[in-house]
Amino acid sequence: MKLTLKVWRQQDAKSAGKFVTYKVQNVTPDMSFLEMLDLLNENLQNQGQAPIAFEHDCREGICGSCGFLINGVAHGGHRGTTVCQLSMRFFKDGDSLTLEPWRAKAFPVLRDLAVDRSAFDRIIQAGGYITAPTGGAPDANAILVPKDSAERAFDAAACIGCGACVAACPNAAAMLFTAAKITHLNSLPQGQPQRDQRTLDMVAAMSEEVFGSCTNHGECEAVCPKKIPIEFIGRMNRDLIHATLHHRGK
Amino acid sequence: MLESKIPSGPIEQKWEKSRFDMKLVNPANRRKHSVIIVGSGLAGAAAAASLGQQGYQVHCFSFHDSPRRAHSIAAQGGINAAKNYRNDGDSIFRLFYDTVKGGDFRAREANVYRLAQISVNIIDQCVAQGVPFAREYGGLLDTRSFGGVQVSRTFYARGQTGQQLLLGAYQALEEQVGCGSVMMHTRSEMLDLVVVNGRARGIITRDLVTGAIESHCADVVVLATGGYSNVFYLSTNAKASNTSAIWRAHRRGALFGNPCFTQIHPTCIPVSNENQSKLTLMSESLRNDGRVWVPKKKGDNRPPGQIPEDERDYYLERRYPSFGNLVPRDVASRNAKEVCDEGRGVGPGGQGVYLDFADAIQRLGEAVVREKYGNLFDMYEEITGENAYKVPMRIFPAVHYTMGGLWVDYQLMSTIPGLFVAGEANFSDHGANRLGASALMQGLADGYFILPYTLPNYIASSSLEKVDTSHPAFAAARVDVNKRVAKLVGIKGKRTVDSIHRELGKMMWENCGMARSAASLESNLERIPALREEFWNNVNIIGTGEEYNQSLEKAGRVADFLELAELICVDALQRAESCGGHFRVESQTPDGEAKRDDEHFSYASAWEWKGEGAQWELHKEPLAFEYVHLTQRSYK
Repeated sequence: MKLTLKVWRQQDAKSAGKFVTYKVQNVTPDMSFLEMLDLLNENLQNQGQAPIAFEHDCREGICGSCGFLINGVAHGGHRGTTVCQLSMRFFKDGDSLTLEPWRAKAFPVLRDLAVDRSAFDRIIQAGGYITAPTGGAPDANAILVPKDSAERAFDAAACIGCGACVAACPNAAAMLFTAAKITHLNSLPQGQPQRDQRTLDMVAAMSEEVFGSCTNHGECEAVCPKKIPIEFIGRMNRDLIHATLHHRGK
Repeated sequence: MLESKIPSGPIEQKWEKSRFDMKLVNPANRRKHSVIIVGSGLAGAAAAASLGQQGYQVHCFSFHDSPRRAHSIAAQGGINAAKNYRNDGDSIFRLFYDTVKGGDFRAREANVYRLAQISVNIIDQCVAQGVPFAREYGGLLDTRSFGGVQVSRTFYARGQTGQQLLLGAYQALEEQVGCGSVMMHTRSEMLDLVVVNGRARGIITRDLVTGAIESHCADVVVLATGGYSNVFYLSTNAKASNTSAIWRAHRRGALFGNPCFTQIHPTCIPVSNENQSKLTLMSESLRNDGRVWVPKKKGDNRPPGQIPEDERDYYLERRYPSFGNLVPRDVASRNAKEVCDEGRGVGPGGQGVYLDFADAIQRLGEAVVREKYGNLFDMYEEITGENAYKVPMRIFPAVHYTMGGLWVDYQLMSTIPGLFVAGEANFSDHGANRLGASALMQGLADGYFILPYTLPNYIASSSLEKVDTSHPAFAAARVDVNKRVAKLVGIKGKRTVDSIHRELGKMMWENCGMARSAASLESNLERIPALREEFWNNVNIIGTGEEYNQSLEKAGRVADFLELAELICVDALQRAESCGGHFRVESQTPDGEAKRDDEHFSYASAWEWKGEGAQWELHKEPLAFEYVHLTQRSYK
C-alpha cells in the first residue's frame, strides 16, 4: 500500500520545527509501524536526506522508548499497544497520517519525534523507591504479601514510562505515571514505612517539573499501552490527603 | 596470562573464604574513590546502586534516555533461585549441577557454584525492594518450573519478570542519584576505554544529543553492557544492543572469551517480511502444552487443519520420546532447522514449524489454556493477525543470548587490571548453553553481590597513581575517537548502515548460526573482511558528528560488529567439537546429535587482539570438573 505521511521535523531543541510531507510506497500489512518508518528512512538516506529521528529500542512494547502521536493520538489509538507493536494491517492504502512528537512543556523536543523525558526519572528520584540497601534483606518469605495487594502492585508497576499519558492529557499532567509508582509501592507491606513521605515528595517533584494537574478527562488511561487505570490517581490523591494531614499533625 | 584466581578449598567454602581474604576500604575513605559503570541494566544498575550505598563516587553511563530502558527489561520468564520453598528436592548443589550440565561442561565450576549460592540472596533483596513477584493466596512467593530441570525454582512476575527486576534496580539506582552518591550520565555512549600504565582508568564518551566527545576518569571501570546477538542483525535483542563497549576494551587489551557461544531460542515468531527489523520471542513455557510438528510430505501447502493426523510428523516426540517437546533450547532449535532444510517447513518461505495447542485445548478446555498463556496468545495475534486458539502457532528459532563475552577471572576482572565486566557482557557462568531464567540471576548476582566485594578489594590492594583527564592517554584516546567519527561521516558512499548490517547478519545466520562447518566458517572468513572494506568505503551517513545523529550511532556499532563477526567465526572454526549452542556438523553422533570432544576442547578460549590486520592469538583456560562428572547429554 501507499501512504502519505506528514511528519514533524525539527533539527534540535532550539530550532523551529515544521511539518514535511512524504510518500511511502511498498508498505505491506505484516510490517510494524516502525518498520514502515525504517523503510521511509532508508529511502530518505538513499536520496541524501536526513532520516527521521524517533526513539525505539526493544520493539516489543516493554522498554518504553518509543512513542509519538499518529493523527493526534498517542501510540496511534490501538488499545494497549505501543507504536513499535502497531501493525500496518490496521491501515489502508492511501491513508494520510500526521506524526508529531509528544507535546508537553516538561518534554522538550530533541529532534523530530524524539523528546526529553528525564523529568520522569527525577520524579522517581524524589521517592519512587523502597529504601533497602543491598545485603540487609530478611528471607523473602518472611514478608507475606496478600495476593490481591501483589496483583494491584503489579498492575501499577507495569508502567513502561513512555510518556503517552502526558502527551494525551489536555493539561500535560504526569498524574497517571506518578500515581502508578505510588500505587505500586504503597500497596505493599514493604512500602509502608516510607508511604507518606514518598507520596508527598513525588507529588511535589511532579509539580516542580511543570506538569499540569488532573481534571478527570481520562485520556491518559485511554492511550496507556499497559492499560493502567485512572483509578490509581484516586488512590494517589487519597494517600496525599492522608499524608498531608498526618504531616501537619506532627 | 590467564589467571582465573579460583580460591582454594572445597567448592562450598570458596566464596566465603575469598570474601574474608579480600581487602576492605574504610567507610571514610570510600568518598575518595571513584567508579565508572557503563550500562544500567540488571548488572550495571545493581552495581551502581550498591556501590553508591557503600559510599563510593559512582558515575553510571547509559546510551538510553533513562536507565530503565536497558534490555534486561524484556526478559519474560523468571529468575532461578535455590530456595527450595517447594520442598521438592532443590538445593544449591542441584542448581549448580543443572547449570554446569546445561552449559554442556564449558563453564568454570567455582563461578557457577557461587552463582547458585548467591541466588537465594537475590530473591530476598528484590522482595525487600518491592518487586511484585507472583504470590500464593497465603501471601508466600509462588514459583514455576522451567526447561531442563526437574524442580520448581523459578520466581516470576507474570510474563514481565525482567521488567520488574530492572525497575527494582533502577529505583535503587535513582535513590542514589537523588542523594548525590551516583551521577547518572544518560544519552552518553562509551566509544573507547582509556588505559594508563596498564590499568583501566577511564572512558571516552559521545553525548548523543550534542555529539560532544568527553573524557571521564576513575579508579576502576565496570562494563555491564550486555550481549552481542545483534551481530546477526535479526535477533530478539533490542535494536540498540551492541558490542561496542566490550569490543573497544578488547582492542585495548581485554581478552574475549568463547565468542562463538551464542544461544538460539527455539520459540520465536518467524520472519514475515524482508523489512523485518527484529524478532519477537514467545516464552519457552509454551512448550509445556504445545506440540511441535511439520507435515511429513515436502512442500505440503495445505492449511494445517486439512493435514490429517497420520500425515503429520511430531518430530520432537518421535526423536526424543522421554523429553518430547521439552528438550533443551539448542536441541529444539537444531531440529526445527533440520526439518525446514528438508523442505518441510511451513508458512512464508518455509521457515517455520507448527506449535499446536489443539490437543491441550481439547484436554484442558480453552479457558484453562487462556489462563495459562493468554498474554502470549494475544501478543502472537497482535503481530501475526492469527488466532492461535484456532490455528497452530508458527514458530522458528532466533538468536537470543550470547554466552561469550570478555574473559574475566573469579573476581570478574578482565585481563586489563581495573576493568571489571558483569552480566551478559562477560563470559563467565553459562558455558556453551544458558538455561532458562538464569540470565537475570547472573546479572543481579554480579551487580548486587559480587562486584561490591571484588571492586573494593581491587581498590584497597592496588596503589593507584593520581590520574586525571589531562593525562596524555586521555588525549590520545580522544584523538582516536574524533578521527573515527570524522572518518565515518566523511565516507559519503552509496549504502545505508542498515543494508550492510543486514548483509552481515544474513552471512552470520547462514554460515555461523544453528549449524557450523569448517567450509561455511571459512567462507565467512573470506567474505567478512570484504564486507568490512565495503562498509568503510561505501557507507553513507547523513549529517555530522556534532548533532543528534542516529545513523552515526548505528554506524559505529556496526563497524564493531564487522570485526567481532570475524572473531566469532575464527573461534567457531578452532572449536572443532559440538557443545551446547555450538553445533559443528563434523562432530555429531551417528544419529545426528551434538558430540562433545572433552579430550581436546575442555577449555575456555580467550582471544587476544594483536592489532588491525593481524590474527588473534588464542589463549586457553583449562576447565576441570571435580564436582560434576563429564557426561554426554542425552534426551532420548
